[in-house]
Amino acid sequence: MKTLYTWLCIIIVVCTAAAGDVFIAQAMRRIGDLGELRRKQGLVSVLTRVLSSGALFCGIFFMALAFFSNLVGLSWADLSLMGPASAALTFVTNAIGAKFFLDENVDKRRWFATVFVCLGVLLLTTS
Amino acid sequence: MTIRKYLVLLCVVVFGSIGDTFLARGMKEVGAIDVHHLAHVFSALGNPWVVIGIFALLGFMSSYMIALSFADLTYVLPATAIGYVFMALLSRFWLHEYISAQRWLGIVFITVGVGLVAGGPALTEHPPANASDTSETVEEETVEERV
Repeated sequence: MKTLYTWLCIIIVVCTAAAGDVFIAQAMRRIGDLGELRRKQGLVSVLTRVLSSGALFCGIFFMALAFFSNLVGLSWADLSLMGPASAALTFVTNAIGAKFFLDENVDKRRWFATVFVCLGVLLLTTS
Repeated sequence: MTIRKYLVLLCVVVFGSIGDTFLARGMKEVGAIDVHHLAHVFSALGNPWVVIGIFALLGFMSSYMIALSFADLTYVLPATAIGYVFMALLSRFWLHEYISAQRWLGIVFITVGVGLVAGGPALTEHPPANASDTSETVEEETVEERV
């Protein structure tokens, strides 16, 4: 039963982290290149646009959920399971989220890159 | 991609790694937190390592947001995974830790993945939102002319 709870927790961490990343990426996409904006309109304008973004705060909310779900998961399972499983799976769910919600061009090259990094993280952290 | 943008990606890697390391060290000093007394987690804020870790993670979040403003999520995440490789190489050559064949294989996989994504474009080009509005307006005008 504990294993089931642990994997449920990992799934929640992965989904909430991916949702957080997608919302933050969407917010930053809408705002535009912060470096260029700062040069053209100044720092105050950049801060105003960033702090008035609803999607950004949604992203931070989901990130906080992922953080606390991770803490709960760590109280049930070892870091050696929670860490690699959530880190590696997050790469894949982020790629799916970016393709379908951000309309990013996730071509073969990016899928291969995601899978290679995912496998590499698993190999590095489980040895 | 300019050098400034690569520097932002480097900041994501460096601040993320430093933040995690300092937080882990701080939480080891604070000790285990009882599930029934979760409010004790706030006592960790008095630990200097935790405070430095939080500041480093604020730096990570800022540079991560800047990176996402000029590059795709599917570019930033794999590209910044090179931090895992830096940590492993630091542990091998600075701390003289043993790295198994499985870890070396993991390092090779991540390096190949980062190389693949870094070789492609950083940002998906979307047509500007008002471009579609303009085309709709043109279509409406054409219909009106026909009527």
